[in-house]
Amino acid sequence: MHLSENATAVAQVDASHASGGHGQIDFMGALFVFMLASFIGVMVIQRVSRLLHTPLMSLTNAISAIAVVGAIIVAAGKDYPPYIMALGIIAIVCSTTNIVSGFLITDRMLKMFKKQGGAGK
Amino acid sequence: MSAENIVQLLYLISTALFIMSLKWMSDPATARKGVFSGVAAMLLAVAGTLAGVAATGGTHYWWILGAFAVGSAIGYPLAQVPLTAVPQRTALSHAFGGLAAGLVGTAKYFLYFGQGNAASLSPFIMVALVAEILLGYLTFTGSLMAAGKLQEVAWIPQRPVTYPLQNVGNIGLLIVAIGLGLGLILNPLAHWAPYAFLGVIVLSLAFGVLMILPIGGADMPTVISILNAYAGLSAVAMGFVLNNKLLIIAGALDGSSGLILSIIMCKAMNRSFANVLFGAFGQTPQASAAGESKAYKSDTTESAAQVLGQANLVVIVPGYGMAVAQAQHKVRELYDLLRKRGVTVKFAIHPVAGRMPGHMNVLLAEAEIPYDDLVEMDVINGDMPQADVALIIGANDVVNPAARSDKSSPIFGMPIIDADRAKTVYAIKRSKNPGFAGIDNELYFLDKTFMLFGDAKSVVGELAKQLADDGGGH
Repeated sequence: MHLSENATAVAQVDASHASGGHGQIDFMGALFVFMLASFIGVMVIQRVSRLLHTPLMSLTNAISAIAVVGAIIVAAGKDYPPYIMALGIIAIVCSTTNIVSGFLITDRMLKMFKKQGGAGK
Repeated sequence: MSAENIVQLLYLISTALFIMSLKWMSDPATARKGVFSGVAAMLLAVAGTLAGVAATGGTHYWWILGAFAVGSAIGYPLAQVPLTAVPQRTALSHAFGGLAAGLVGTAKYFLYFGQGNAASLSPFIMVALVAEILLGYLTFTGSLMAAGKLQEVAWIPQRPVTYPLQNVGNIGLLIVAIGLGLGLILNPLAHWAPYAFLGVIVLSLAFGVLMILPIGGADMPTVISILNAYAGLSAVAMGFVLNNKLLIIAGALDGSSGLILSIIMCKAMNRSFANVLFGAFGQTPQASAAGESKAYKSDTTESAAQVLGQANLVVIVPGYGMAVAQAQHKVRELYDLLRKRGVTVKFAIHPVAGRMPGHMNVLLAEAEIPYDDLVEMDVINGDMPQADVALIIGANDVVNPAARSDKSSPIFGMPIIDADRAKTVYAIKRSKNPGFAGIDNELYFLDKTFMLFGDAKSVVGELAKQLADDGGGH
């Protein structure tokens, strides 16, 4: 396979800037972060009002479109082969779609929830 | 401060805002702040990423800008869909999320492979990469299928599709994909590795379709929640690949949300994950109570309206039928007229009523029914014996007493709304066909039950009209 041979030099640079990290990847640190974030997620989500489960789902849709970060990193890479950049661009389109529609529809739904006789529109 | 530190600082603030965003969802009063906080977090994340990329000599900004524009142009109309279409919009956005993760993973692998970059294709990263593309691509096609079923696209079968050896075949497919993935993890730079990689992609795409084929409408709330968790986990895997903590945390938040919603949905149906995914609910041919033909009692809207008007407490049980008929605004009229006569009206919300978690609440909120009158199943069941009328609008299995009493029923053990304990029951139903699970609902044959056959919107409209014509009441 000769997918791209012109970019060996990028390899070293890539490991450091693609991640927004420091050359050496800290696997254990990443796993700890994942574990803690999962516990926080479970505890926070358990307290979400059942009334709001549909908006919750569209909100987390938008939040998981954080994948846009990875998509930008892939799309913007210097000296990356064009097809890599193309994959990144498509991924940006997908993520942006989720960001825009996710936040907008969540807000649209939440606006509708009103208390008895309470604060109107 | 170096550019790198600024980026990390922005990510840190963004992370905190994402967590706050979900925390504010605990109460409808603060929930809109949650959206604002989420938007701010996302803007910071994007700004930080662009800054980081710029500091390391990134390019293609016009392309990226264009991609933002195209994404926004697709996203905006998707946010304007009618609320009855929210389940399919949600499924569609899971599909986009899965695809984005899959594509980024694919790009990263081929980039490193092209560079012959063994250091970046360490076993840890390869595990994360394989997980990312597996979850990403199966979420993509699985969610597209789910969206198609929800949208009732003509060429996608609505009913569960089953065939012999289906589960064995599906699991076999998954095992082959994971086997290929293992090969890749051990030999990421082998000359055959890119083909194995493409093989994993194709198998994941196929698995996503096959996974959803046997799943029917009533299981959609659970399946959408599971797909939500997968989309989150694929973002986590991307975070491991890119060593990006913001991705890991935001993905974990999404993943745990999907997980918790799935658990709530499964509990509300008294079923396990495995049973939802492999059970093909509703396909078990019912040994239907042939021979004993029971008779419904139907009633006119005139007398139903009279009974409703004289009640003290009316509990309305909405279901998917209300969503299909778009009856929520007529329900609101009825609600107003009854309240004007001093009748207390409450809505009993079953967790799996509708096609996604919280579906009924959103529809009723759209009709401007105050959320204090939307009552959860466990709470309303305590009040059921005091209810003069239970009015069932397009719900079926969630009020079927067989879930409590009939051990042979496929829904036995599922928690239900105790509509049968109300003094009188009115049930609005489109047709005399049994519900999704294909089982008779003995509630409809009780002495105190009266059926109102017809489209939910027109029947409720009729009821409201009768009450309005009847003037101020007695």
